[in-house]
Amino acid sequence: MHTKSVAQLVKGLRERQFSSVDVTRAYLDRIDALDSQYNSFITVDDAAALTAAKAADERLANGTANALTGIPIAHKDIFCTDGMRTSCGSRMLDNFVPPYDATVIQRFKSAGAVLLGKTNMDEFAMGSSNESSFYGPARNPWSTDLVPGGSSGGSAAAVAGLLAPAATGTDTGGSIRQPAAFCGITGLKPTYGRVSRLGIVAFASSLDQAGPMARTAEDCALLLNTMAAHDPLDSTSSAVAAEDYTATLDDDLQGLRIGVPTEYFGEGLDTATGKCIDQALKELESQGAALVEMSLPHSALAIPTYYIIAPAEASTNLARFDGVRYGYRCENPTDLRDLYSRTRQEGFGEEVKRRILVGTYALSAGYYDAYYNKAQQIRRLIKQDFMHCFEQVDVIAGPTTPGPAFALGAKSNDPISMYLEDVYTLAVNLAGLPGMSLPAGFVEGKPVGLQLIGQHFGEARLLNVAHRFQRATDWHLHTPNSAKGGAL
Amino acid sequence: MQWETVIGLEVHLQLATQSKIFSGSATTFGAAPNTQASAVDLAMPGMLPVLNKKAVHYAVKFGLGIGAQISTRSVFDRKNYFYPDLPKGYQISQFEAPIVGKGSFEILMDDGSSRTIGITRAHLEEDAGKSLHEDFNNQTGIDLNRAGTPLLEIVSEPDIRSAAEAVAYLKALHSLVTYLGISDGNMAEGSMRCDVNISLRPIGSAALGTRTEIKNVNSFRFVEKAIHHEFQRQAEILEDGGKITQETRLYDADRDETRSMRSKEVANDYRYFPEPDLLPVVIDNTYIESIRQSLPELPAGKRSRFTSQYGLGLYDADVLSSSQPLADYFEVVAGVCGDAKIAANWVQGELLGQLNRAGGTLAKCPVSAAALGHLISRILDNTVSGKMAKQVFEAMWAGEGDADEIIKARGFLQVSDTGAIDAIVDDVLSANAAQVQQYLDADDAKRKKLVGFFVGQVMKLSKGKANPQVVNELLAKKLA
Amino acid sequence: MIPAPFKAVFNGYMTMAIEHGEIEKIAELSGIRISDEEIGQVTERIAEILQMVDQLQAVDTHNIEPMANPLDAIQRLRPDEVTEANRRDAFQAIAPAAENGLYLVPKVIE
Repeated sequence: MHTKSVAQLVKGLRERQFSSVDVTRAYLDRIDALDSQYNSFITVDDAAALTAAKAADERLANGTANALTGIPIAHKDIFCTDGMRTSCGSRMLDNFVPPYDATVIQRFKSAGAVLLGKTNMDEFAMGSSNESSFYGPARNPWSTDLVPGGSSGGSAAAVAGLLAPAATGTDTGGSIRQPAAFCGITGLKPTYGRVSRLGIVAFASSLDQAGPMARTAEDCALLLNTMAAHDPLDSTSSAVAAEDYTATLDDDLQGLRIGVPTEYFGEGLDTATGKCIDQALKELESQGAALVEMSLPHSALAIPTYYIIAPAEASTNLARFDGVRYGYRCENPTDLRDLYSRTRQEGFGEEVKRRILVGTYALSAGYYDAYYNKAQQIRRLIKQDFMHCFEQVDVIAGPTTPGPAFALGAKSNDPISMYLEDVYTLAVNLAGLPGMSLPAGFVEGKPVGLQLIGQHFGEARLLNVAHRFQRATDWHLHTPNSAKGGAL
Repeated sequence: MQWETVIGLEVHLQLATQSKIFSGSATTFGAAPNTQASAVDLAMPGMLPVLNKKAVHYAVKFGLGIGAQISTRSVFDRKNYFYPDLPKGYQISQFEAPIVGKGSFEILMDDGSSRTIGITRAHLEEDAGKSLHEDFNNQTGIDLNRAGTPLLEIVSEPDIRSAAEAVAYLKALHSLVTYLGISDGNMAEGSMRCDVNISLRPIGSAALGTRTEIKNVNSFRFVEKAIHHEFQRQAEILEDGGKITQETRLYDADRDETRSMRSKEVANDYRYFPEPDLLPVVIDNTYIESIRQSLPELPAGKRSRFTSQYGLGLYDADVLSSSQPLADYFEVVAGVCGDAKIAANWVQGELLGQLNRAGGTLAKCPVSAAALGHLISRILDNTVSGKMAKQVFEAMWAGEGDADEIIKARGFLQVSDTGAIDAIVDDVLSANAAQVQQYLDADDAKRKKLVGFFVGQVMKLSKGKANPQVVNELLAKKLA
Repeated sequence: MIPAPFKAVFNGYMTMAIEHGEIEKIAELSGIRISDEEIGQVTERIAEILQMVDQLQAVDTHNIEPMANPLDAIQRLRPDEVTEANRRDAFQAIAPAAENGLYLVPKVIE
């Protein structure tokens, strides 16, 4: 059961091969048996999941089921869930049980999907290795000595370890794509504004976007169908109509123009990883796509630009965590100042505090023009690079990361080398474009991710390319050995 | 040294919307603590703001009301600071690109002179919650009902030169915003709050002195007192050769003093930047024009119409146009009785006097404008004397009926019948022979004074009902 | 393993001299206490990050409009309607300190 894709589970539920309770119980049992290896979940409520599964089975029986009714889905612990702790991987929210659902959660609930549990993540989504979580790092199912990537590391590990058929993540600078690449799964960051941000604990408002993480592009399309919608309660949510993202999955790739940016293939890209990407591009070419070499000249600036804008927005988004209305509060504050500064000193971890300080600095008097304003100008240049390319190509392809997953602890004391992990993914967020990562091979047993970047609201095209690729390859079907033990 | 006061005012005006500026919470005043604070207002994780259309509409309306430039593209920014009544740790405000740009309006002083006060800008922002300092085990209680109430912050140029001008400015502003219907202007409930920026400079000097900002002065009277007090304080420092510290001060109405605010001691760096959860507000000229078309006649226009159409003096016109309901009331009274000047006197004298004594508002006034107009027309047609009419008015106020009923019931009908008055005049003249002689001996100037005695006696005997005009005519004839 | 186009990140940009004092001021604005033991390392790390982002200064951005939103979208307005009910009990059930409907904080001195 646990090796089935979401699409296969949907079919099985429809044909009464098994019930939602069967499926949900199977996954709960696997989590129970195997997650000590991965630490991919922060919170799992078996009883609530089974209650939802029973309700889903009723819907399946009485004909009111939707596409995802009865499918268990794991959610990154950044999505607020009514009545279930939403920690955001932080001590600050360790005790936070929101009395409301994020729009994304609401949409999954009303579709009848089962909330399987809340997955581990870098604290406040700040990190590329999942090591900044208050709950300890999640681990990579391909080798538990490796990081699963971050910040949606728990979701990636859970899907790769077959503890969930699919999961949600959020991606501010690569947080869906990079862990998807490291764990050998498929993940999509939609266009900024495609999926509602309401009820997602904010990191950087102009960059955050939620998306699906699953084993196949088809499963991502199924999830996106439920996630994508205009939300009148999110001012930045797009009014562009969502599509049926499964409708064009099988379209052929004849005449597709794929841009290959030289900047993403230079020195610094791990050679073996580069070979996998070249192979993947050849596969797409063999299906009729044309590869077009092109340039994104401002690529080098994505990291510094991002590391001003994201911390700046984060520094103020995280100001609400003050120990007054919810969350962590320090013991016996002597005065107001003490309440704030000690609550935040004790409630936030190192990386979060570091980014708040950098962001505060970048916005402070005398530095605003040199940092924040400058970064927003360069952000436009970065977006323009993409826009120019999209005059000639339909999608852009390249590596998701400079190399495969690294060892736990390898970079945890070197923030800048950690930041470099997102070197190919950050620009996509700065420009608000959709991007995805899909399995494209292995280097020494470690998965490699192919990144596809689309035009604004071009998710259907990306999923189509990815699906066609997956029809011809089986990288996405490989299963880590660690997930095979305890199979039920 | 002679000092000139330089004052700029920042008025925080709560806009009269049903819901908050960025959430669907109610804005009703006086609700139980935190019962009108939604997840958005409480800055719960993941909550996002969505802008209230009405708030934008009202801001534009205000801008048009002062002839200001309306920005077709305005931007919300975050103003960052920690305070327990500010749940997000930032206030959503407008910094670089406010919705209303430069404008101005005219204020009228008591001596009839007028001055134009420049408006630098007006921008939309959200109100903060309230800190309640009553003791909860030495803690402060936070009520966030007010958090997120839409505010229009109206910033004046430092064009104001005295406490009297500041008050006139605030009254004119109050009058304007209530005319526009964009705020209830209720100062007691904090719908209109004022920060005063004040500095002194030697008369004749062009340079501005160091200013202090006095926070939250919430009545016309306190504005006046706070300015007087702060003038004294600054003048004393300067006279002693001292320097003014640029700081935020709080006006303490109980002690009638201003004092430095400790909570604002930490030098603030608000780190303004564009609010990424909101997008630029873009409005087009069609929208602006449609609001312009819907603007009511504003106080200044009404005031000048009252002088030209009704022949009122500037002062009367100013008082009567100060609020829309009062102006409307006056116009009905004038229309019904046909004499605007007498109508103006009655509305300002009897009516406002009664309202003040009763502490009521026009909306709840027991005497309708038409009824008062009718009463005045009964004076004009000599049915009742002006003096008697005041008693009739009081009876009308007490709900005893309309003017005609009361005049009849109380026997206030004025006697204009020459025969009846003639007899009384004769009685008075014969009973006061000495005074008659005195009158006959006097010159013209003295006679004018003495005739009042006879009129008074006649009125007394007629129990006030004799038509004074008829009495005067008869006396003049008989004493000739 | 630094991709070539990104090497500039580590090339000889002058270290932004940021002092402990400045970090203390930033920490104050950020509402975060930093202990004396931590301040040295925190300052060092932030100096590294600032050095890394400083390469932006070399880019000519004359006449480039800053981009706050990736889609350059404009604000949608919501009708002025009350849509929220009173949920005080649910919200205050998760508050660290609330009494009589109020959130409590250490005494604020104006």
